[in-house]
Parts: sequence; structure tokens; C-alpha cells
Amino acid sequence: MTTQISIDPITRLEGHGKIDIYLDDDGAVADTFFQIPELRGFERFVVGRPIEELPRIVTRICGVCPASHHMASAKAVDGCFGGEVAPLAHKLRDMYYQAHFIHSHIAHFYALAAPDFVLGPDADPATRNILGVVHKVGLEVGGAVIGARSKAQEIQRIIGGRNTQDIWCLPGGVAKGLKPEELEQIRPWVDELYDFTQFSLQLFRDVVLGNAGYVDLIVNGPYTLDVHNMGLVDQNNAPNFYDGQVRVVDFEGAEICRYKAEEYADYVAEHVESWTYLKFPYLKKRGWKGFVEGLDTSLYCATPLARLNVADRMATPKAQEAFDEMFTTLGGHPTRALLANHWARLVEMVQNAETLKRYCDDPEITGTEFRVIPQQVTGEGVGIVEAMRGTLTHHYTCDERAMCTSANLIVGTTNNNAPIQMVTKKVAASLIKPGTEPDQGILNMIEMAFRAFDPCYSCATHSLPGQMPLQVDVYKGGELYREFRRCC
Amino acid sequence: MPDDKLQIAIYWGAACGGCDVSILDTDAFILDIDKAADILLWPIATDGKYKDIEALADGHLDVTIMSGAVRNSENEHMAHLLRQKSKLFVAYGSCAYMGGIPALANLAPREEIIARAYLNNASLEPGNTTVPRPRTSLNGYDLELPEFYPRVYKLDQVVDVDYYVPGCPPQPGQAQAAITALVMALTGQAEAPPKGSVVGAYERALCDDCTRTKSEEKKVKRFYRPWQIMQDPAVCLMEQGILCAGSATRSGCGVRCPNSGIPCRGCYGPAPGVVDQGAKLLSAVASIIDSKEPDEIDKILLTLPDFTSFANRYSVAASPLQRSHRR
Amino acid sequence: MTFEPRIVGFLCNWCSYTGADLAGTSRIHYAPNVRIIRVMCSARIDPTFVLKALHDGADGVLICGCHPGDCHYSEGNYKMMRRYPLLKSLLADYGIEDERVRLEWISASEGQRFADIVNDMTERVRALGPSPVKAALEADLAER
Repeated sequence: MTTQISIDPITRLEGHGKIDIYLDDDGAVADTFFQIPELRGFERFVVGRPIEELPRIVTRICGVCPASHHMASAKAVDGCFGGEVAPLAHKLRDMYYQAHFIHSHIAHFYALAAPDFVLGPDADPATRNILGVVHKVGLEVGGAVIGARSKAQEIQRIIGGRNTQDIWCLPGGVAKGLKPEELEQIRPWVDELYDFTQFSLQLFRDVVLGNAGYVDLIVNGPYTLDVHNMGLVDQNNAPNFYDGQVRVVDFEGAEICRYKAEEYADYVAEHVESWTYLKFPYLKKRGWKGFVEGLDTSLYCATPLARLNVADRMATPKAQEAFDEMFTTLGGHPTRALLANHWARLVEMVQNAETLKRYCDDPEITGTEFRVIPQQVTGEGVGIVEAMRGTLTHHYTCDERAMCTSANLIVGTTNNNAPIQMVTKKVAASLIKPGTEPDQGILNMIEMAFRAFDPCYSCATHSLPGQMPLQVDVYKGGELYREFRRCC
Repeated sequence: MPDDKLQIAIYWGAACGGCDVSILDTDAFILDIDKAADILLWPIATDGKYKDIEALADGHLDVTIMSGAVRNSENEHMAHLLRQKSKLFVAYGSCAYMGGIPALANLAPREEIIARAYLNNASLEPGNTTVPRPRTSLNGYDLELPEFYPRVYKLDQVVDVDYYVPGCPPQPGQAQAAITALVMALTGQAEAPPKGSVVGAYERALCDDCTRTKSEEKKVKRFYRPWQIMQDPAVCLMEQGILCAGSATRSGCGVRCPNSGIPCRGCYGPAPGVVDQGAKLLSAVASIIDSKEPDEIDKILLTLPDFTSFANRYSVAASPLQRSHRR
Repeated sequence: MTFEPRIVGFLCNWCSYTGADLAGTSRIHYAPNVRIIRVMCSARIDPTFVLKALHDGADGVLICGCHPGDCHYSEGNYKMMRRYPLLKSLLADYGIEDERVRLEWISASEGQRFADIVNDMTERVRALGPSPVKAALEADLAER
């Protein structure tokens, strides 16, 4: 009888991880552990670097959401120079960032998530991927998906010079502006991207909402958690991915707290367990209470669904229509149905496209005053943006020569570490019962729990302990005699 | 072989995923890859698991394309496993080729305290004394984590590498060119490049392809950090005193950074014929300093702090010293 | 058994190598620890040579050129003068002790001075102990 099942590696996400499922003597799930084995050390090795180089170094935390790190980093760096930024630069950055959101949401929805819904959760693993999806939906649709994502990437490249490892932000602004001829190149693509968001929503209606089994899975299945929600909002409590205040709302819709970037350390803390390199953020004022659900929990999700749960409304009209349709279908706002994250991504894409269009129509967008020269070094800055997969915080300090003296990062996926642990266990326990011999389909359905979060474990595991923790157990005559520990 | 398609694996060590994204950024070409090959392992996009690779016969895979550096025992184990199961092994991207950005950790003092990540920073649980460790015994379960090595390795310090594709990440057009060249060689339609070649890039330095004007005389009395001045987008950055690694760097990226007002930081690795990119950039920078007085030279160099992180931004593991030797 | 440092010396042909020759013809006794490599000019010394010497096991590297203003090729030693502080900062960041790499301007007539410098550097490097670089890198790779 199997007592331990490993899913190694977890797939269709960014980063390394494994899931170990332990069964009791009856064959029911006794416990599950979602371990993240990777660690690289950004918080340590950016120290000593010129602070303006950080936005080009921290992008290498993640190649799927480098622009998120680039923007959060740029805002933290701006803070280190007193926060003076050319107003046009904020507009251009926000415009660029919408395109980045679209590329990543398309990639996740179609390449990472769709295989489970278009081909089925227990389809043959050899074809349960983006290539299998293209075979099923046909080359025309497949080509449209690839083309849309390509346009979003190209828009980034035209505005900011490069995509996939961004280079563009400097203290005080950005390195290049948008020329009128470049804007005219982008303009028709923005309309095409908007159309693609509508196409994607329709595909979701046809493939997912049109399948009673999937709807039941989303609304009534084990992929739910009673934890809170975090996201960035503007002054109207609509989502803003580039700037705003962080708002935390409980799963019944009541606001728990709200904070500005500089205040983050008063509201969020990170708990450490020895069996994973990834830390567990929680609401600091409530204290760490463990892996528990309920209104008193200190745990929260930071995801597209969480952002929409936190928001009272969307910032743009068509996105508002999509928002209303989603929550009406799911039976109310907020919702705890985590698989609705896939839908939330598509709703967000509508706001991204509409926002891009607004910037295209902004007569100031092709201006030439896109950077100012900083006049002072103030030594500290915090930049918060919404990464596609959660609230991202970069906090830097620097000395009077603007050389980095410290860096602290709380990254999108890290926020979701505890919720992912818990929902993975919940789903495993509901699918693996005494007598079940779990096949690859069941194991994949367990993986679908984390996939809803669009995790990025390269992002999450940036930090470095510096010295390898070591434990030496000395046995004498078969009995544990002494235990030696270094740094653990 | 099933359908006579090539059997390939695309894998990542200590990586960011950007190299995998660069392959997805080849857009419709991904469908051509699908026609030519079965992808047996590609964790970002497909559902192949480690046990599927372990079950293969040695040399079954036609090629493994691995990005990312070796930072821990899992990265090393997988590099060895995939090497064993593959006819060809490609180090893809700056991390695989030279150590990349993660190798900057090799400059951090080896006896570093854990504090910065797990014991003492602005947002840790107050009073935390727990840190991750290789083995944890919890409720009767033995939980293991890979061993975190004291330094980062580039791939050819750990396994035999056949080809290198440079870039952070490789520019999509070059990724397509490199993969096409591999497929053509593997299917016998073209001759394979010599083993050890850098593919998907040019045999010249970035300056050769940069369109900024360069004058014969490059002399600066000081350096400027990119935010300190408004630069002239038409003139060579080094001539304006803004440090750019282009002269020591291989071309192939399309000059994306200098074309956008941002200096090159060397992600495509050393220009052809250059042994150590950092030493080469050092000579280049030294050659434009307009002074013959040691004190004045020192003063000029104060305007260029932390030169080492520019010299070996992507290449610490590939440099002759490879890591800090501070005791 | 006392540790005998192995120091690589890059000496320019016209001034410093001639100065070293003079130490020899003058029958000056001095430490035998510097292995001399003659180059035509100190400008020929690519920083890579210094790094490679350390990589290959040298305990120290001595660079010698003509006094500023006396270079046989007019300007060559200024190139070394400009490279040297950058090289030192790079070496410091890689944890190489400051006294392992040294630059001296030595004229053709400074035989005694050359001998004094070699003696001085040998003792300073002896006090530092063997360079850890080669053994450390071999150990790093051996375990793989």
C-alpha cells in the first residue's frame, strides 16, 4: 500500500517545487507538504551595488514577470532619491505595465491553465500542454493566441526598448519616450488586444461555464479557502496594478486594513518553516496562527481573484461588465472559489486593454519630458506594485553615494505560500480516499490547486541565508546521543 | 522513436524562467518545434516528471536544452541525469553559460550570517529563530530540501556541454536560429557546428553593430552614472562617460539596450577571442581615462563605484577567480 | 618547512627587466621567489594575465614598468597606471589580499631597488600564507 506519493517536479508554473502526500494506514491523506527547494540570494547580492542598477538586476528574479520587479524596484529607487519623478514617466510606465499584464495573463491562461480545461484534467500528460491545446482548438485559434501575446510583448518592446528582462526605468523617470510614429504602430494592436480579451471571455464561457462538471468543480469543489484578500486599489477602490494603496478585505467583504507602501512592515510579516525555503507572509497585527482558515486567520491570498475581491468596482467600463458577470455567476462578491482565478485573469485583461487604449488617446503620451535628474539622495524607498500573481513589495536603503545598503522583498507568490499549502492538502484529501490508487489524473487535479494561483517560485525564492544550515545527529549504541546545529 | 520525431528536454537550474519565455517568444516557431520534436520534459509548459526521464535509456534524448546555473544539489543532479540521457547538451542563456546574475552571490562573503533572509530583516516574524535546513523531521515525516551549495557553478563546470547559446535571455530571433541549427544538425540536414561553439550570436563585438557615432578619440575626465546626466542618444555612451560593456561583449542581441538609451551590461558574454569579459572591460575603461596622474586617476575612478559588478555582471562563475576567496 | 611564496613577475623589457638584470650582474643576493616573465612594455599586461596567474596557483603577482615619463613607447606605462586601480578593486572584491598584487616603476639602473622590492614582497606574501585560490577552485570542482 502506498504511504508516500511525490509529485516531482510540479509542472505548468514558473519555478521549482514538489508536493509530498503522506497517507495513513487506511489510505486516507494524513498530511501534505508543498516544498520549495530553490533559493538564489538577491536580497544579499544586490547590497553594495549602485542603487540604479537594481531595477536591471532584480528583473532576473523572474523571466515571466520581470517588468513587475522592474517597476517595483524603480519605485523603491525613486524613493531613495526623494521620490521626484517626471509625471510623463509614471504614465508611460503604467501604459507599459498594462501590456506586460496582458502578455503574462495570456501565457498563463492558455499555456499553463487551459490544458486542464480544454483537454481535461486527466488527459494524457504527453499532450496535456499548450501544444495539445493548439491541436484541439485548431491552428487559427492557436495562431490568434500566439499573435495576441506577441503583440503585447512587442508593445512593451516599442515603449520600453526591450521585453523579457526590462531595462527602461531610471531614477527620476524612464530612459526613452514614445515617439508619435511608435504610438501609431501600437494603436491598432491595442484594439486587437481588446478584441482578444472578449474572445478569451467567450472561450471561457464556452469551454468552462458551458461544462456543468467544471462549474460544479469551481463553485462546489474543494478548491476553496476561508482566508482574506489583498490587492492594490486606487482612491475609488478599483484595482490599480502600478500604484495605489494596499487594501486587505476578509472573505465576507469587510475591510481589515489599508496601508501605504512605506507602512508595509507594520502590516505584513513573514513566518519561517525549516522544510521549505519559502517564507509564509501573514497579517502582522494578528500574529502567526498557523495554517488555519476562518475569520480570525492572519492568512491572505494575493492573486487576481483576491484583487477583484478587494475591489468595489473596476476602473474601466467593459471590465466592469465582465466583473459583474463573473460575480453574479459565482453567487456574490467576494468569492472563495479559487479556480475563479482563471476567470479573474481574463477580467483583468479587459481593464488592461481599456487602460492601454486610454493612454493611446492621451495627447501627452508622446511628450519628451520623460525623465528628471534627481537632486538629492534620501536613502530609503519602498515600491509596491501588483505582479500578475500578487502584491509585490521592494524595500531598499542606500548610503549617501546611492549605493545599496539593504534590500527586502515580499514577492507576489510568497504571499500565497500558506494558502497554497492548505488548499493542496484539502484537494488531496478530497480526491485520495482509502482504496484510491491515485493515477496521474488525480495527481494533476491536485496540481490544479496551485495552478490557479499562477505561482512564480523563482520570484518567491530570491533570498539567501548565506551559510548552509547543518544538523549533525550523533548516535551511540543506536540511541541519539548528541545533536549539533549550525544556524538552524 | 515515436513518429521519428526528435526527443528533447528543456530544463532549468537556478533560473528565472526568462530563457523558457524566450523560447515561447519565438511565437509561431513553437509550432514548428512541435512538428519536429516530442518535448519529454519542460516543467514550465508540459507535464513530464523526473521519473519519466529516469526511465529513459542513456542517450535516448537527442538534445537537452538547459538554462540556469547550478546552485544546489537538485540542479546538479538533474544536469548529470539529463547529460547521461542525452546525445547533445546545450547550455542556454547567460546563467548556464557563465553563471549569470545568480553568480553575483559568489561575491558575497562566504561566512555570511543567515540573518539577512531568515533572522533579521524588516518583515520577519518577530523573534524568529527558524531557518530552512536540508532535513526536517516533523510529525514522523522526513522532509528533505536540496543542499544549497556555498557557490554558484556554470553548467560546464559540472557536466560536459556541447553548445552555448548566450543572452539573458537569448533574443527570440537568435533562439529560433540556434534551435533550427540544432534540429538541422540532428536530422542530418546540415553539418553540426564544432563542439563547444557559441551558437545564436555573431563573431563580433556589440560596438560593431551599435549605430551610435563613435569618434577616434575617446577620452573622459570623469564617469557619469546613467541618472546623473541627460545623454545624447546618438553618441557612443562611453564617450559621454557612461559605462557601457559593449566593447567587451559579443553581438547578437540586436543592440536593444544602447538603442533604448540604456548602457549594455554584457549579458551576451565575452566578445569572440576574449578570455575574461571583466578583464577586457577593465582595459577598455582604463584606456579612455584622460589622465597621467595617479591621484587624478583615483579621483576619476571615484565616479565609477563598484566596478566589479559591471565587469562580471553575468560572468562571475566564468571569470578566472570564479568567486570570492575571502577567508 | 617554511612556506616559499611563488610570485610571478611581469617585467617590461626596456627598464624593469634591465634593472633586474643589473641586480644579477651586480651579484646582489635576493629572494629567489619571483619567476620573471619579460614583456616588451607594461602596457602588454592584460589584466587577464594577473587573474590567470592567481587562478593557476601564484601566491603573488609583481608588475614592473618604466617610471612615468620614461616609457620606451612613450605612453605604454600610463595604460598600466590606469588599469591598476581598477584591477586592485576587482581583486579586493574577489577577496584577494591587497599585498598579493603589486605595481612598481623600476628603471634600468635600479638593480638594488629591484632586489629590495623582491625581498619585501616575498616577506609580505610569506606572512599572508599560500594563496587559497587554486586549491579552493580545485576543491569546488572536485566535489562535482
